[in-house]
Amino acid sequence: MTDLAVRPARVWPKPPRIVLHAFLVIVSLGWIFPIAWAIYNSFRDYSYTAQNGYVSFGGFTIKNYLNAWTQGDFGIHFWNSLVITAPAVIVTLFLACCVGFVLSRFSFRFNLSLLAIFLAANLLPPQSLLIPVYRMFRSTELPFWLSDSGSLLNSPIGVILMNIAFQLGFCTFVLSNYMKTIPNEIYESARVDGASVTRQFFQLTLPLCRPPLAALATLQVTWVYNEFFWAVVLIQRGDKLPITSSLGNLQGQFFTDYNLLSAGSVLVMLPVLIIFFALQKQFVSGLTLGATKG
Amino acid sequence: MTAQSEIAPARAADPPPDKPRRARNQKVHKLTRTDLIVVSVMVAVPTLLVLVLVWFPAVATVALSFTNWNGIGALSSIKAIGADNYTNVATNYPPFWPALQHNLLWLAVLFVVATPFGMFLAVLLDKEIKGSRVYQTAFYLPVIMSLALVGFVWQLIYSRDQGILNAVLGTQIDWYGDSSINLWAALVAASWKHVGYIMLLYLAGLKAVDPSLREAAMIDGANERQAFFRVIFPVMRPINIIVLVITVIEALRAFDLVYVINKGRNGLETIATLVTQNVVGEASRVGFGSAMATIMLVISSIFVAIYLTIVMREERQK
Repeated sequence: MTDLAVRPARVWPKPPRIVLHAFLVIVSLGWIFPIAWAIYNSFRDYSYTAQNGYVSFGGFTIKNYLNAWTQGDFGIHFWNSLVITAPAVIVTLFLACCVGFVLSRFSFRFNLSLLAIFLAANLLPPQSLLIPVYRMFRSTELPFWLSDSGSLLNSPIGVILMNIAFQLGFCTFVLSNYMKTIPNEIYESARVDGASVTRQFFQLTLPLCRPPLAALATLQVTWVYNEFFWAVVLIQRGDKLPITSSLGNLQGQFFTDYNLLSAGSVLVMLPVLIIFFALQKQFVSGLTLGATKG
Repeated sequence: MTAQSEIAPARAADPPPDKPRRARNQKVHKLTRTDLIVVSVMVAVPTLLVLVLVWFPAVATVALSFTNWNGIGALSSIKAIGADNYTNVATNYPPFWPALQHNLLWLAVLFVVATPFGMFLAVLLDKEIKGSRVYQTAFYLPVIMSLALVGFVWQLIYSRDQGILNAVLGTQIDWYGDSSINLWAALVAASWKHVGYIMLLYLAGLKAVDPSLREAAMIDGANERQAFFRVIFPVMRPINIIVLVITVIEALRAFDLVYVINKGRNGLETIATLVTQNVVGEASRVGFGSAMATIMLVISSIFVAIYLTIVMREERQK
């Protein structure tokens, strides 16, 4: 922003940059403090902090992590999270691609209403659907090789299904909008060559949609991993809970040892932190994908 | 979203990479038989999934709210009892009004404090300043965490005996346990996450605003504040409304955080936790819980409708 010719800029000078930076530094440090505090104390010995208080320095150890991992059964819960997250994200993206493809390629009269059905669905409060979903899942019998509870209740499949149903709207919306920007000529020539709709979908559309798919996948992994409500109400056996929903259980076990609790929190945070820092660009573009007008 | 969970994510119109569009729609009748089947299946499967898992339960909840079902008997034992459940909720269920109040307070704080602050940060960070990315990262770190984890992390600050807040203030307050303040403690934690999300949305919104608008306003003699409130803010109308909808739905869905703290009791009741308690809790009162769930549905559908109207208007323009 050079101020050639922008006269008024001198009449109303910008606030001094130093004040701005000072403000931002203080606020952002305050912002990361809760996370930093958890990380800091997760590396400290409980007896040390009990003796010297938390506002002290020293007593570093990694024992908390080892204890949290074994006492909280983190291995099992991380596995449960993976079992839910991976299929949910893959199926959501695939189905969203299917609907997006049809919505963007063909004009049916019900195109807009269909989009509305999907979009509205993921804004409804999940708690208000709980009663019928709970009953439906309990009475849906599944063979035991699919679900060892014999129904959709207490089974990761139930949670996966709810995640898919709730995330489809957003993904469909973003993907169909993206697909509309693919020039029709590409499809035209494919059709002349005799490519069926299936081939057009798999060999043209999907490869072209890599950018939004990458952004959506990053976002969806985080959201499904973070999902709390459906897992808590649909899975009643503690050892079946994904990591985010098992947090509540850890609380009781750890009760007064806050250093252990910090270590547990950091462990749960770790996957999303890694995703965030490794794929920050995807992440941010995904979050704003739906919100801006190019 | 998820309770998200999640959070109701930002959704309006997308940024098309380039303009070339139009001239796409293929006529359906040109399709071969196989293609028609493929297309139908591609739409039918996801649609069926959403209808069965979201829309049918929504309708069923409304229907059940007019019955006296206790959740145990057969479906044939369901009896319609008119609006009795609603009268009971309103007059005969002490936690209801406080819970509604808590939801409204939640909304008020997010709306009056967290949302404007997020917008303010976005305006600051939108200027070309050094290290903008670093600041942004700090502000949206909480956004990537689940609300459940947020509640957990803040416990280390709020704990009566081991929290840093009491250590610094020299007090002995049980911030999460004391029913007169725990809602405020939870709201600070919730706002912590909300601010970053709003900042992100407005940053994207501001980037999309034509810079010449602001320049023109400045040349006409407006100062920074006037230029923002009179020119730029009104131009971001679609984003403003989406932020409004997200904030309302977020407040209505307030569940994960309070559930992690104390299962939503003792000062932290919200409509969402009451619904859950009445269904999976000790007393399974399906009709009664459904009445509250229906109230949630009705409120949220107003805002969902607003949201859809905007999105669909933009879709039609394409």
